[in-house]
Amino acid sequence: MDNREILVDIKNLRTFFYTEDGVVPAVDGIDLTIHRGEVVGLVGESGCGKSVTALSIIRLIPNPPGKIIGGEIFFHGEDLLKKNAEEMRMIRGDKISMIFQEPMTSLNPVYTIGDQISEAITLHQKIDAVEAKKRTIEMLHLVGIPEPERRFSQYPHEMSGGMRQRVMIAMALSSNPDLLISDEATTALDVTIQAQILDLMRGLQKKLGMAILIITHNLAVVAEMAETISIAYAGKIVESASAREIFKSPHHPYTYGLLQSIPKFTEKKTNEPLPAIEGMVPSPYHMPKGCRFNPRCPFATEKCREEEPEILEFSPGHLVRCFHPIES
Amino acid sequence: MTEKAVEARKKGQRKSSDDYTYVGMVFHRLTRHKLAMFGAFMLIVILLFVFVGPLVWRADPNEQIEGLEGMFNVPSPAHPLGTDDYGRDVLARMFFGGRISLFIGFISAISSTIVGAVVGLVAGYYGGWADDLLMRFTDAMLSIPTFPLLIALASVMGKGIGQIILVIVIFGWMVDARLVRGLVLSLKEQEYIEAAHAIGASANRIMWRHLFPNTLAVLIVSTTIGIGGAIIYEASISFLGFGVQAPFASWGNMLQNAQQFIWNSPRLIIYPGLAIFMTVLGFNFFGDGLRDAIDPKLKL
Repeated sequence: MDNREILVDIKNLRTFFYTEDGVVPAVDGIDLTIHRGEVVGLVGESGCGKSVTALSIIRLIPNPPGKIIGGEIFFHGEDLLKKNAEEMRMIRGDKISMIFQEPMTSLNPVYTIGDQISEAITLHQKIDAVEAKKRTIEMLHLVGIPEPERRFSQYPHEMSGGMRQRVMIAMALSSNPDLLISDEATTALDVTIQAQILDLMRGLQKKLGMAILIITHNLAVVAEMAETISIAYAGKIVESASAREIFKSPHHPYTYGLLQSIPKFTEKKTNEPLPAIEGMVPSPYHMPKGCRFNPRCPFATEKCREEEPEILEFSPGHLVRCFHPIES
Repeated sequence: MTEKAVEARKKGQRKSSDDYTYVGMVFHRLTRHKLAMFGAFMLIVILLFVFVGPLVWRADPNEQIEGLEGMFNVPSPAHPLGTDDYGRDVLARMFFGGRISLFIGFISAISSTIVGAVVGLVAGYYGGWADDLLMRFTDAMLSIPTFPLLIALASVMGKGIGQIILVIVIFGWMVDARLVRGLVLSLKEQEYIEAAHAIGASANRIMWRHLFPNTLAVLIVSTTIGIGGAIIYEASISFLGFGVQAPFASWGNMLQNAQQFIWNSPRLIIYPGLAIFMTVLGFNFFGDGLRDAIDPKLKL
């Protein structure tokens, strides 16, 4: 259905953490496809493996205790998991860039922001310092930082959180990546700044045409930005479809529960409490047998407690991992 | 500078904290630290004494006055601090001995900091077996009774300024190594280090460009205090006769030379002793103040 070239194709990725208390299957068989220039949202609660997926793509899983134990991550048709450390380093920051959650601590306090963006540029492009500075100022201008010439020689502590996140975006985009991974990049910002940064990212995506993988727990963020959304739960993708489909007709009980728990403007005022998903995320050391969502699922049957469902196409382009998908 | 600070300055108000760069802020805090200023004052006095003194009082520190009249002279206009057992001018020897003591102190403190920083960075950054290996080696070095081995080493390697520096460095880097390792362990978990990985920086680049500068503040403090320690080491080694060799003076070997005349001529022991005392105290006071100024929250 999407005839764009496939950029990233993650197949059955499994990343486990070997801790003293046992093995944590943080990512246990995640599949994800990102086309060229596509904006994909990966949504889930804390501990569902969404950040670990991102770090697995750029191979920055802290090892030990973490280890990618299986699967394939194709990027431009080549398996990233088969690349050596040096090849991987050349890809990071060049073809694949990442922005992080905490803009306040993502910049090195001892260098000016100009130095740091220039560093990212000169690491991957053979240009001299003067050229790099020119390009840095261009990038600062592009991400909407006023007076880039003056900002160039400022230190991170002289800037606000929103400004710093703009700097991080400038740094990430400085070498025209094919894929930008945004790991909760707006979570630490307050709502108005969050909206500005999202606007900026959307604008830059249209302008530069890179693909974006947005990792968030905030459905509103992906609702605004993503074309396709994958919902992760306990290390697996439970539902994947276009953004419109997910919001209009969720089929997995977990997705349904998530959407139900968002208050709506259009609803009449009631005194009913907001519906919430019962129970807690399962402990990673004791994953439930069968479907991982079964202890919290209102529709769970005996089969759900025994067997693990496969992810299947419910309708064209809409994948669901459930024995009893909700018809809506 | 923020607009607020500009406005404040226009109104002729006092400087606000926005006015300072990091270095400016440290300097500002340092100047208000009484003990540090006292230490700085002592150090300036010592430095003037050692480096400007010889320009004012031009006497050859190694020239001996023949005959009994030349020995153990009390202070007089001809010899402001008197003469020693060979009839040499004590003031001139204090100048040149001080230069050597300070030189050894500086070079060996800076060198041990560099060695310690390298060991600490590598151990902290790589972790795992590299960390185990380097830190157990550090522990082993720390558990060797320093002094006997110091003397043994000094006697094996021969006597000279280079050898003393080497010996002090061999036994002086461990504290810095532990300090830097500890810092790196916490720094490498910072997001900006993860971000540096994400832009494709190499391990060496991350260690030296991203981690090392963040440990500098602490290292400067540790070097400052280290200079005092190194001067004491030099004095001790020289006192035992394995250090700077006659006829060249160092404060340490002047002490050693003077110990046999302690009852007849106590001033020969008081001058270098006092000089060492003032220098080391000066560096310690100044270092303490510097630590407070660099990070008031930091207590090592």
